[in-house]
Amino acid sequence: MADFIHNLLFGIYPYIALAVLAVGSVIRYDREPYSWRAGSSQLLRRKQLMIGSVLFHVGVLLIFAGHVVGLLTPIVVFDTLGISHGAKQLLAIVAGGFAGVLGIAGATLLIHRRFFDPRVRAASSLADNMVILLLWAQLALGLATIPLSLQQLDGHEMVKFMNWAQGIFTFRSGAAGHIVDVALVFKLHLFLGLTILFLFPFTRLVHMLSAPVRYVWRPGYQVVRSRKLAR
Amino acid sequence: MKVRAQIGKVLNLDKCIGCHTCSVTCKNVWTSREGMEYAWFNNVETKPGIGYPKDWENQNRWNGGWVRTPTGSIRPRMGGKWRLLAKIFANPDLPEIDDYYEPFTFDYGHLQTAGESKAFPTARPRSLITGKRMEKIEGGPNWEEILGGEFSKRSADYNFEGVQKEIYGEFENTFMMYLPRLCEHCLNPTCVAACPSGSIYKREEDGIVLIDQEKCRGWRMCVSGCPYKKIYFNWKTGKSEKCIFCYPRIEAGEPTVCSETCVGRIRYLGVMLYDADRIEEAASAENVEDLYQAQLDIFLDPNDPEVIAQARKDGVPEAWLESARRSPVWKMAMEWKVAFPLHPEYRTLPMVWYVPPLSPINNAASAGKISAHNGMPDVRSLRIPLKYLANLLTAGKEAPVADALERMLAMRAYMRAKTVGGVIEEEIACEVGLTGQQIEDMYQIMAIANYEDRFVIPTGHREDAEDMYDEKGGCGFSFGNGCSSGSNDTNLFGAPARKKLQTPTEVF
Repeated sequence: MADFIHNLLFGIYPYIALAVLAVGSVIRYDREPYSWRAGSSQLLRRKQLMIGSVLFHVGVLLIFAGHVVGLLTPIVVFDTLGISHGAKQLLAIVAGGFAGVLGIAGATLLIHRRFFDPRVRAASSLADNMVILLLWAQLALGLATIPLSLQQLDGHEMVKFMNWAQGIFTFRSGAAGHIVDVALVFKLHLFLGLTILFLFPFTRLVHMLSAPVRYVWRPGYQVVRSRKLAR
Repeated sequence: MKVRAQIGKVLNLDKCIGCHTCSVTCKNVWTSREGMEYAWFNNVETKPGIGYPKDWENQNRWNGGWVRTPTGSIRPRMGGKWRLLAKIFANPDLPEIDDYYEPFTFDYGHLQTAGESKAFPTARPRSLITGKRMEKIEGGPNWEEILGGEFSKRSADYNFEGVQKEIYGEFENTFMMYLPRLCEHCLNPTCVAACPSGSIYKREEDGIVLIDQEKCRGWRMCVSGCPYKKIYFNWKTGKSEKCIFCYPRIEAGEPTVCSETCVGRIRYLGVMLYDADRIEEAASAENVEDLYQAQLDIFLDPNDPEVIAQARKDGVPEAWLESARRSPVWKMAMEWKVAFPLHPEYRTLPMVWYVPPLSPINNAASAGKISAHNGMPDVRSLRIPLKYLANLLTAGKEAPVADALERMLAMRAYMRAKTVGGVIEEEIACEVGLTGQQIEDMYQIMAIANYEDRFVIPTGHREDAEDMYDEKGGCGFSFGNGCSSGSNDTNLFGAPARKKLQTPTEVF
């Protein structure tokens, strides 16, 4: 039974979450473009956001990049480059820990603001409230894995997660088997992460898909729309 | 040369009575919605004053508009593209809603339902954001109406730069004027430049600047970019909104709501042709005092055969060229030079222009100490300091404003001589560089201001762009979600959704 639940949560649930993320986002982008926005509340209250939002976003972006590179780069690449598993893990702990502290400090400020500022609270939807709490919990769980990781600095545990993540993305049937024996806190972190992916298209999180990087190479500054071209 | 047409606008401040009809009709049509209560696409300020939002003209604080770099090019004052993107998580140049005002309503229902009491029941204010009681209203869209509040606060007005402002705080020397403001639909808009999503655009065919509500992601850079603070962040939908120049009306050849309903008949709408290739050149003039002239220089004469030929080549419809020749905006801005852009120093090349107001002659002049010629006083003896108007309209250059005021005084003197004295005094016209016929035209358009003279608007040519048959049965003007408003009255399962914020009227 435990095996069944483990496989359900880490072998099947990832596909459900990713499918909902992809299909849900596409449908929302297509059907409800008016609802697709960052949802800033800076206009209502500047206080706490100026520091909180910057800390939070910088921290989370660093962590996100670290997770994508760290989990999805094939192990062969690190071996070829001569980066030992232990060194990679140490980098992940130090960089991830630093970014995690930034992120959770920011998230704490943002939560305080969202729940205790009367204006922001009144303008918040259930999804807005939930998403910041879930992200805070996810950051906390992530940071809570650091003491465990520090006990095994050979990178052995980390490779398990890489195998799992790469197994999921390459459709290997036994992917969940790689992480059967990892500590509970890792499993909680993974489960909550998948849940956030699941909820992604229903929340303001979709704004990260519209990160305006194209602005940098948009030619010039002005935008003119001609009707004649629209034909 | 690339000829583009724009619907321009002129507001004759000399005739504005500050009745706010423009603001109220605009509000009723466009912004009486949750999230936009605080927003006024059109508002009327009493000057001198810090305005709405507070201190909007202080670009050292808000970083709106453009700056000229040492290399001679221009970039948004907020910063270049990277600098601007760095502000995306928390924008230090964004006003807070208190810089506008916290929107409020009153507990009107209490007036009807209050029980018997010794004192009259009152309707107390309540916030439209939180729904909670507001003990004190700290601000409003027109907080300084008719010089409300103490002079020390109002005199923070940016236009006092270079004016010995202390004496204007004295009762005997005080002055005021009204300044109705709306989006300038600039030729070189900073809001467009600052939008990281590329959702704000200028329409090629009529120059109206719009925000694509489907593409807006609420990064709120436009609010800071616009030096006139005429883009408003809808705190409910998380998207920015702005004056749309009533484009559905303009396309049908009708004036905007604010213009149509203006009881003082101070608003004029007309086509201006300009050279789109020279926008950047005009906006990057080295000296801010030259920006007014630089903008005049890129307007194209609609009677010039060369311009007409090029305009046809660039696809400007014939009706638009005809309207450009009859444009009241062209006449006031270019022929008579009595209309000026608002704060040209922001380098946005605004297209809503203003005729400066005349004002009573101050004490010294009426006591005979100031020279008067042909019954016309020196414009420097008018109560509103020339420098103040110049700071507002020509980046501080006084001569063009003085000329305009002289022409307006000449128009009065000429017409007074004609209608009261029964004589045509051509020399009054000559003295200000006009002819008698031109003064008569000015009088017809600026004083009589018939509807068809004020609004010369060609209809849009939608048939160029759309198959009108497809529009049949469409949902008309909507909020960018097709026919959906983006918020549903039912939840996922068809039941009524959680009740929205209701302002209670029983609580007291």
